[in-house]
Amino acid sequence: MSVNRPNAGSASEETAAPPPVPGTGDTTPAPDQEDHGRGILKSIATGSSLVAILAVVLSIILGGLLIALTDEDVAAASTYFFSRPGDTLLAAWEAASGAYAALFQGAVFNPGADSLGLMFRPLTETLTVATPLILAGLGVAVAFRAGLFNIGAQGQIILGAMFAGWIGFSWHLPFGLHLLFVVLAGFVGGALWGVIPGLLKARTGAHEVIVTIMLNYIAIYLVGFLLTTPSFQNPGSSNPISPRLDDTAVFPQILGPQFRLHLGFLVAIAATYGVWWLLNRSTVGFELRAVGANPFAARTAGISVTKGYVVVMMLAGGLAGLAGVAQVAGTERVLTSGIAASFGFDAITVALLGRSHPWGVFFAGVLFGAFRAGGVQMQTLTGTPIDIVLVVQSLIVLFIAAPPLVKAIFRIDQKKTAKARKGSKNQLVSGGAA
Amino acid sequence: MKLELQGITKRFGSLVANDNIDLVVNPGEVHCLLGENGAGKSTLMNVLYGLYEPTDGQILVDGKPVTFRGPGDAMAVGIGMVHQHFMLIPVFTVAENVALGDEHTKAGGILDLDKTRARIREISDRYGFDVDPDALVEDLPVGVQQRVEIIKALVRKAEVLILDEPTAVLTPQETDELIQIIEELKAGGTAIVFISHKLREVKAVSDVITVIRRGAVVGTVEPSASTSDLASMMVGRQVSLSLNKAPATPGDTTFVVRNLTVPGSGGQNLLDNVSFEIAKGEILAVAGVQGNGQTELTEAILGLHPHASGSVQLKGKELLGMKVKDIIREGVGFVPEDRKIDGLVGSFSIAENMILNWYNEPPFAKGFAMKPSVVLKNAQEKVAEFDVRTQSAEAPVSTLSGGNQQKVVLARELSRPLNLFIASQPTRGVDVGSIEFLHKRIVAERDAGTPVMIVSTELDEISELADRIAVLHGGELMGVVPGDTSRDVLGLMMAGMTAEEALRQDASAVEERNRAAGGHRAAGAHRVTGEEDR
Amino acid sequence: MSIAATVTDPGVAGPSTRNWKAPIGFGVGALIALFVFAIGGPAATAVFRVSDDSDRFRLADIALPANVVGWVVAVALIAIAVYAFLQVRGGRGINRWAGIAYAVLFVVGFLTWVVGIADRPSISLAGLVAGSVTLAIPLIFGSLSGVLCERVGVVNIAIEGQLLSGAFAAAVAASVSGNAYVGLIAAAFAGVLVSLVLAIFSIKYLVNQIIVGVVLNVLVSGLTGFLASTLLSRDSATFNSPPGLPEVRIPLLADIPIIGPILFQQSIVGYFMYAAVIVIWIGLYRTKWGLRVRAVGEHPQAADTMGIKVNATRFWNVLLGGAVAGFGGAFFTLVSVSSFTRDMTAGQGYIALAALIFGRWNPIGAFFAALLFGFATNLRFVLSIIGTDVPSQFLAMLPYIVTILAVAGLVGRSRPPAAGGIPYVKE
Repeated sequence: MSVNRPNAGSASEETAAPPPVPGTGDTTPAPDQEDHGRGILKSIATGSSLVAILAVVLSIILGGLLIALTDEDVAAASTYFFSRPGDTLLAAWEAASGAYAALFQGAVFNPGADSLGLMFRPLTETLTVATPLILAGLGVAVAFRAGLFNIGAQGQIILGAMFAGWIGFSWHLPFGLHLLFVVLAGFVGGALWGVIPGLLKARTGAHEVIVTIMLNYIAIYLVGFLLTTPSFQNPGSSNPISPRLDDTAVFPQILGPQFRLHLGFLVAIAATYGVWWLLNRSTVGFELRAVGANPFAARTAGISVTKGYVVVMMLAGGLAGLAGVAQVAGTERVLTSGIAASFGFDAITVALLGRSHPWGVFFAGVLFGAFRAGGVQMQTLTGTPIDIVLVVQSLIVLFIAAPPLVKAIFRIDQKKTAKARKGSKNQLVSGGAA
Repeated sequence: MKLELQGITKRFGSLVANDNIDLVVNPGEVHCLLGENGAGKSTLMNVLYGLYEPTDGQILVDGKPVTFRGPGDAMAVGIGMVHQHFMLIPVFTVAENVALGDEHTKAGGILDLDKTRARIREISDRYGFDVDPDALVEDLPVGVQQRVEIIKALVRKAEVLILDEPTAVLTPQETDELIQIIEELKAGGTAIVFISHKLREVKAVSDVITVIRRGAVVGTVEPSASTSDLASMMVGRQVSLSLNKAPATPGDTTFVVRNLTVPGSGGQNLLDNVSFEIAKGEILAVAGVQGNGQTELTEAILGLHPHASGSVQLKGKELLGMKVKDIIREGVGFVPEDRKIDGLVGSFSIAENMILNWYNEPPFAKGFAMKPSVVLKNAQEKVAEFDVRTQSAEAPVSTLSGGNQQKVVLARELSRPLNLFIASQPTRGVDVGSIEFLHKRIVAERDAGTPVMIVSTELDEISELADRIAVLHGGELMGVVPGDTSRDVLGLMMAGMTAEEALRQDASAVEERNRAAGGHRAAGAHRVTGEEDR
Repeated sequence: MSIAATVTDPGVAGPSTRNWKAPIGFGVGALIALFVFAIGGPAATAVFRVSDDSDRFRLADIALPANVVGWVVAVALIAIAVYAFLQVRGGRGINRWAGIAYAVLFVVGFLTWVVGIADRPSISLAGLVAGSVTLAIPLIFGSLSGVLCERVGVVNIAIEGQLLSGAFAAAVAASVSGNAYVGLIAAAFAGVLVSLVLAIFSIKYLVNQIIVGVVLNVLVSGLTGFLASTLLSRDSATFNSPPGLPEVRIPLLADIPIIGPILFQQSIVGYFMYAAVIVIWIGLYRTKWGLRVRAVGEHPQAADTMGIKVNATRFWNVLLGGAVAGFGGAFFTLVSVSSFTRDMTAGQGYIALAALIFGRWNPIGAFFAALLFGFATNLRFVLSIIGTDVPSQFLAMLPYIVTILAVAGLVGRSRPPAAGGIPYVKE
């Protein structure tokens, strides 16, 4: 047996298993969980959805505590906490609930708006913000399914936006065709940035986590440099900013000019369906999943692992590149070095929350889009910094990744735990612990 | 030191791995634990070594009860263990490996390896181990690595030494050397617990044999008990040790391997200039100690070795240089030696695993689109045909037992029209019931007119299935001999003799034995491979 | 059967008999040197000032004719590349000194070229080196944290979060107490806290270590950002004006040209950095603790059978790593600048991760790798002062590109601890 292969036998179960599909946690990834109501019911019954909901609730509570603890009114009331504790608690409740109410108002429904349409404007904002999150999240998820950690969505978004933007402002084509080229260019740009770590992994074994992280930084400096060159910089501007994209090159707004929601959202829906079909219904997806779940068996079955790595990273990068298109041709319409915002990193949490299943990613993207859209409103209305959204998001992902922790907090499976305690009684006694 | 286990029970959830086991090990005694794979031998030893806490029962050392919270406690009372998979750190030197966990230090926690080196040399000289304390472990041959493991135990003054399947990775000669070492340790008063499922070597080394089946002690017997008695105790019923297969009726020779060579990374060839052929309707069994080129041979045929050279022809078509996928399409069925690593995707369903290397062929796919209903229906049929015990064909294959997993692999490979069938270790880690089933299917494939190649490290399996036997040693083919060739000859070939040399040597050995006509055990005792077949 | 339980992906880097990566890498570098440093070499003289006017001891400046140096370097590099090619073709190994000589020559060639093409081709070598060390300090602490974690088999992507939390805690604690040393201690504690989450999730709950690391970085960024814009901005006098740590200058020794300032004119954090590198190196390779730590990272099962508590070892090492990185994070708010700003570590944790890999999981290797990255960053600043045509973004990319080349194996071979990233569960 060659040194490259994992040891047969006892140690092999841990070592041979490639990184398990992240986020799938305690559920068995049933291939068609998304399209059967039966599957959804089953997953609720097995408790993984319950854990997800509880994780979200727990994170929101912790975020609320953080808001309350740092609130000025709460601090003021706490100076006389021992004489009138109610004041402190009331102030804390008001701080947290006020912030979350503002968040909800900014993310879903604003009862104070002039017309019914405008009342739902926040929801369209949520979907607008969700668009790049979903697309980039799919890019991360699809790589996860093939056993690769694509931390490089940020760089891939930038490259996608760069390619798409350049076609958008320097080419001048008729309506329709121009947008098509913009979208394709974005996909190609992202795919190009994605395929580098894929190729390096396939050819040299270079770890994709490191390579993608490095490529993120290189992308930032690359776009920063290009925006100082004549072919990218807006003539007459000394700022690193590109000319506006042609009107023929941007996504039309699907609900009219009052709403920012653009055609890119439909692209995201299509992409979600496409990735679902690809992963679960196509031979390519079969290959990618096999490579991700057990590269050794895949290779023996005649599936090229190296090709799998290259293909999946190209696809992952392309999807993230589409997120870049959604940014540059959807909401921003100019290319700046901050075009990717933090969507590339948020995409990782989106993919994790969505357990790397395409429709899971879609809903996780909408949820985090809501946080982000609402967070802006919350910051303006109540002065609660939008950073709280990052805190809540990362807590959600952490809790979802560790179901036993959530179950322990909410005391689910008490019967089981009680039994376990009984079982370990001897240990406790002999160990002298309480 | 006298070691007693009383009523040891170990449960994992609902699974009872050890059920109320009693065992007594006396100083200067070799006590064998005999049992099938999965009978619970290793679990018991891990309990004894402090790796597991027993659910019930107690361990007594010289009559006093002890509890082990970890291997450290077990070592402290003088129990040492050589695991089946060596517990050595490849990038450490011998001295570092031996010191680990029992380090000598100077002021400030600074390591003092000199003392360890001295101890290693001392033990090495005493038993003739010939181990260099400063060699990197990863550079050492397997046999020497095993000695390092024994040194680890002796340095810690082990009075009871547990050897878990110690011969699995050894050549017959290395096995003989190990048995010599065991004799010497025994003479020095060390008690040995020898775990094995190989009847012959158990009979050769032990003073007492305890047979374990399904986690419980079935009985304690003398080593003079007959092999067939031991076998039926171990398995729990009368086993038909022979397969009753019809003689082969070889047809055309369609599979031809010429000068197949696989280079290694160190300049030495892992497979060196191997040539043989297999006819239709014939089983060629490849024998050899593990790691002598068998893996490379099968992988090279399947196109998994990009640097292989020579020629592999199937029905006149050159396979070498073709992609794995195309070789599979040529009708090559392949059961890899480690199903969990190379044969199955554990998280995939049984249905998906049933088409793992045929997923993009009709009727399972059309273009890029797969047909889930066809895939499922296929799986349900195969599950029934191969008697795979499962609730549903959609269950992840990792939920199946080893034997049932192997049936899935075999079902997949045998459900296509084949021009060549290769099975590597087809029954490793499989219960006896499944072994018979799997063997029958393999013979059935032969009888259907397919050239079959079996690779196995178990001579029992080789003798049972083979029409002809090829023996590999150090990547070279020692020769191809008839299927009924004696174990002695095969053993000599596995140790590196060509077929002619082995036959000559064996003939003179038999002669010598007849001349001595002593009939006492001592002469043959150290020669595991020389023991009479069942 | 091999006892090495390393997992390499199948089909990736199979048993090829000869490794051509090094000669190819050398060759590409030599060609770059030929075309850029030699053929594209400026006719100017690059001046490297060794001493400043205020120095006690003065040494003459080094003046190098840029195009001559360019040619010499290019020819030497080509020679080394040819040597490497011949060695590999003959199935022999490449002397490691050849690699080191190659790297040094390349840096010399590059420096001479880049200074030579500038508007004012003269830089202070002492300033360049001293600045590099200063910039490298947090990177080195971060890498050491990575070394401590990865040596026990826990991948630490959360270095960024540890540095950031350290910077934050140092600022707040030092401000509130009015004592910078209290800040240092608080920084270490904050790093431990981040590590605690990493340890609990990855060791107890078996969550994928890379996931925990990535998420932790987001969490710390959000948390410190949130607190910075609430508490700190509301009352920055109380919470965000830490007293700085003074520079401790050792008389005379600090006057030694070039190495004086970097070794003997540092803040206490700087001195601790040198101490940490040495102590951790000795600890890992010369002590009982280190033997056990490395065993746990290479083959946890083997360590377990020798009575070593695998998960406890991992747990404590991860916490220790957190303390080291947190301590290093204090550099940002107590030495570098005098207040906390959101995301002020700006991805340095990831560069530290790169330095750790580039340095092959060895404290001293990580030290030099971090120095190289600090050097690249500092060079960017220095070059922008003397006026050069090389876009600063390209210099900024340099560490990242070098890291990619390193992990791709073009710059030497690195072998991570075998059990890295795999949780240890007793069967």
